[in-house]
Amino acid sequence: MCLGIPGEIVDVAPGPGDLATVDVAGVRRAVNIGLLADDPVRTGDWVLVHVGFAMSKIDEAEAAATLHLLRGLGQAYTDELSALADSDIS
Amino acid sequence: MRFVDEYRDAEQAQALATQIAALCEPGRQYKFMEVCGGHTHTIYKHGLEDYLPENVTLVHGPGCPVCVIPMGRVDDAIAIASRPEVIMTSFGDMMRVPGGDGSFFDAKAAGADIRMVYSPLDALKVARNNPDRSVVFMAIGFETTAPSTAMTVLRAAAEGLTNFSVFCNHVTIIPAIKAILDSPDLRLDGFLGPGHVSTVIGCRPYEFIARDYGKPLVCAGFEPLDILQSVYMLMRQLAEGRAEVENQYTRVVPWDGNARALRAIGEVMALRPYFEWRGLGFISHSALGVRDAYAAYDAERLFDVPGVRVADPKACQCGEVLKGVLKPWECKVFGTACTPETPIGTCMVSSEGACAAYYNFGRFQRQRLTEASRV
Repeated sequence: MCLGIPGEIVDVAPGPGDLATVDVAGVRRAVNIGLLADDPVRTGDWVLVHVGFAMSKIDEAEAAATLHLLRGLGQAYTDELSALADSDIS
Repeated sequence: MRFVDEYRDAEQAQALATQIAALCEPGRQYKFMEVCGGHTHTIYKHGLEDYLPENVTLVHGPGCPVCVIPMGRVDDAIAIASRPEVIMTSFGDMMRVPGGDGSFFDAKAAGADIRMVYSPLDALKVARNNPDRSVVFMAIGFETTAPSTAMTVLRAAAEGLTNFSVFCNHVTIIPAIKAILDSPDLRLDGFLGPGHVSTVIGCRPYEFIARDYGKPLVCAGFEPLDILQSVYMLMRQLAEGRAEVENQYTRVVPWDGNARALRAIGEVMALRPYFEWRGLGFISHSALGVRDAYAAYDAERLFDVPGVRVADPKACQCGEVLKGVLKPWECKVFGTACTPETPIGTCMVSSEGACAAYYNFGRFQRQRLTEASRV
């Protein structure tokens, strides 16, 4: 739950839901980007996702390093990723 | 050396270890608390204690949200979940946390409709899809997850949903750190500040630790080198006679935090006068409840909850572990009666709990060292 998972913004959906599609390790899911509205995200940006909300922008190198670290966590990371895969935010 | 697997990292880790050792005053003991469970995980996973001189020790703090939920709140949540009209939704981490009378998993097996979700927004979707049921989200976590709960309540209000509420158990990190600083049990020399919480609250809220307690704090990232570098930054402050808040994790943590996230929390939630933490007892102004303006989304007001305080099991020493007074393996039931499969205490439940991290990564080696040191 506390793991911030890096994802790449692949599509930003207009509308009141503040949603964007992120690609997280090959899994594409909708997340809320409302907390980053002061510095709006664009396609191609990398973000750290916490429980369905993009919480901070990061650069690609940081995203790669974080993903590497998370993979090393084993079960905790797989659990988080499979929870994300089951997510269906709209 | 075997723990940090990449050669370059290992080289850098060794260089940092040498610099840390060079800053040690002979005969002085250094004790730093890593507040965040994510740090605990990295420390054990990568064997970082092996890189530190013997007189530099890391103790584990209360920053594991699942670990600090008191048993009575689990029982209250199960009482809500057991109502026929309710669908309880929860993060997976929460499912095995024992209350006075079992966990969410036990309640689910007994027939309660409890569903795991990844995000509070998934819980909101369950509410949209089940208009004839009352959907409750078990909200837990520090400032890392509180904005998500707040944003979800705001979304529910904007949509006019009337069958969604949150059972709010959000806690705030600053009062817990203060409680530890005020506790007579432990003398600390500084803190590794929590990375993700600081993304939200920024670095300023920690300034009292330097100003009023004269202890340094460094907001730290989660990679092995981040942690070693943060320890080095703490050691350098001590060597130079400084006590300041520094930010090692500038890649992610802005000094002022995330203003929108803080506004969302402030809009929907207010500090409770006091809240019970498992193992730490009641701490003033340490948790968030739902504001009156959003009472319609507050499960605590919508449902009668027993609200009974349940004492922690006698054998369990999570409180001492959460305060950093005991190392996980010093607990009487660690690895024997209490394991990740059959946890007695919360520190063994979450992968971020100090005991689970230790059990999974460090147990055997540490036991050997302990035995060796007794000889």
